[in-house]
Amino acid sequence: MTGDEACAEGALAAGCRFFGGYPITPATEIAEHMAERLPQLGGTFIQMEDEIAAIASVLGAAWAGQKGMTATSGPGFSLMMENVGLAVCTETPCVIVNVQRAGPSTGLPTMGAQADMMQARWGSHGHYEIIALAPSSAQEIFYQTITAFNLSERYRTPVFIMTDEIIGHMSEKVIIPAADRIQTEWRPKPSGRKDRFLLYKPGKNGVAPMPAAGEGYNVHVTGLTHDERGYPEMSVDTQAQMMDRLCRKILDNRDDIIMTESHHLDDAEIVLVSYGISSRTSMAAMQQARAMGLKVGFLRLITVWPFAEAQISALAERVKGFVTVEMNLGQIHLEVMRAANGKVPCHLVGHPGGTIIAPDQVIATLKEAF
Amino acid sequence: MQAATTPRAGSALVPEHPLEDLIRSDRIPHIWCPGCGIGTAFAATLTAMKSSGIDLHKTCMVSGIGCSGRAAGYVKLDSFHTTHGRAIPFATGLKLGNPELNVVVFSGDGDLFAIGGNHFIHAARRNMDLTVICLNNLNYGMTGGQVAATTPHLARTTTTPSGNPDAPFNLPLLAWASGATYVARWTVLHTRELTESIQKAITKSGFSFIEVLGPCPINYGRRNREKALQTLKLYRERTIIRNHADPSDLDVDFTKQVILGEFVDKERPTCIENYDKTCRLPE
Ligand code: SF4
Repeated sequence: MTGDEACAEGALAAGCRFFGGYPITPATEIAEHMAERLPQLGGTFIQMEDEIAAIASVLGAAWAGQKGMTATSGPGFSLMMENVGLAVCTETPCVIVNVQRAGPSTGLPTMGAQADMMQARWGSHGHYEIIALAPSSAQEIFYQTITAFNLSERYRTPVFIMTDEIIGHMSEKVIIPAADRIQTEWRPKPSGRKDRFLLYKPGKNGVAPMPAAGEGYNVHVTGLTHDERGYPEMSVDTQAQMMDRLCRKILDNRDDIIMTESHHLDDAEIVLVSYGISSRTSMAAMQQARAMGLKVGFLRLITVWPFAEAQISALAERVKGFVTVEMNLGQIHLEVMRAANGKVPCHLVGHPGGTIIAPDQVIATLKEAF
Repeated sequence: MQAATTPRAGSALVPEHPLEDLIRSDRIPHIWCPGCGIGTAFAATLTAMKSSGIDLHKTCMVSGIGCSGRAAGYVKLDSFHTTHGRAIPFATGLKLGNPELNVVVFSGDGDLFAIGGNHFIHAARRNMDLTVICLNNLNYGMTGGQVAATTPHLARTTTTPSGNPDAPFNLPLLAWASGATYVARWTVLHTRELTESIQKAITKSGFSFIEVLGPCPINYGRRNREKALQTLKLYRERTIIRNHADPSDLDVDFTKQVILGEFVDKERPTCIENYDKTCRLPE
């Protein structure tokens, strides 16, 4: 099946029973697959009037107690950004898939890119922390979609799946395990007296339990700065407290959230850093380079946000340099530079978008730079 | 100490407010200005919710942004204060996520019909089972009185200092044309009719829309030489109740006459009924 279909199947396996969508190339197939499958499983699909409505409906469904998802590409991702902020601020679990295509603007609708990575990080206004995953194959999209839902429920936060046109449209073998082999998580539920319940009083991991509408908790949910009761409070102190908690529930749990994959890092002198489709380029390039006798390793970012800063900083102490491979003109590259902190040179093998990066380009950079 | 001498609500001196159980009294005082129409429409909504007999534990209020959008913050129900213009699609997800919920959208004209206009027409087209109550005060109150999609032609606002060059929406006509199954308009002076209408809308399935004309003396009134009481006088003298009037006759023009009443009350399968029938396999 295609990556897009694998994404839809992963969502269903994760327990997603609501999809609010809007057609856009190259993400449409996710909506189409959900439109067919959700009603068979007692879920609901709705094609909304635009992407703003699509994500708003997903947030509404989340507060009705559902696991909800939407899927889009660049232009729709831009339109969703305000409500991504609402989801962060109100701690509403949801999964947003961006099957990236080349931009800016309408760009190359049918051709891939990885140029929305910084938009995923900072696209909504205000300062916040976010989780974004970057799968590199149809099989991985399936599993990462489940992981995205689990992280979203565990931390009550929107989670992005940053795929791209190439893996979205590519057909690959996908093994779907039996349902009892799949671990699914649900948001923490409140217990105790309903009239004393505080909507944003965090539990142990910094995350507050979340009731659904209709359960008798009379919750008030607002995008205004709010206190533990969820009540708006226009004060500098409340803002500081809320921001601290919102950021810390992600930052303090980085070890749990950040997933990477290491190849030959033990003896590596040069480390390729990549994610998503470009990690397949990087894998091939690493193998070629090693066959040529170059001590090249590869760090694959499965979680792109929060960034694997500590791991890269530690590597910077002992390797000779980094090469970031990504289909944009330097987004994660800048993060690698920041984490390397001037200790070793950092190079970029980038691309403005539209086609996959060839391993030769990586080899050429390796030869030239080191 | 003042606290010891101030009679408390519910004591012999200050009887409990009849809507006490539906209000987050710990959030009072509210932000609405003296003479503002929102409070009256809000109270009518709560009264209608209570008298309708619906399960209040299963009832939610969703608002967008603006003075009217603050309503969700004062109601002691599951309540959602969303982003500007997006109350209806949020409410759509809430209802689809749990069809047992009664979902009431309470917001202003700027929120529902300018930035959120697209969502309104599509929710009406789908016949989403929502009750949408729009407090129409002819301008953007929260931001200091700018022109809205409902501001009368030639009226003054901060962004139309020489008068509004544009024409306003006829909201019931828009709702009717979009497919709403219940459409009514009242003013905050017509609280009995308004409350009855809201009660009917809440208990009726399908997309219901109620426009409530209410004064914004602070911003709209001040710039158009209308004190709150004068606006209410207009509501009394320049309105006429004509149920089932032709929707195209429903322009709001207080230099002539403004028609109030219940304009649409019909049956049509809801979004959820249609989805279940069309998309779900028979059991
Ligand atoms: S600005 Fe106008 S609408 Fe807003 S609370 Fe004051 S009177 Fe009411």
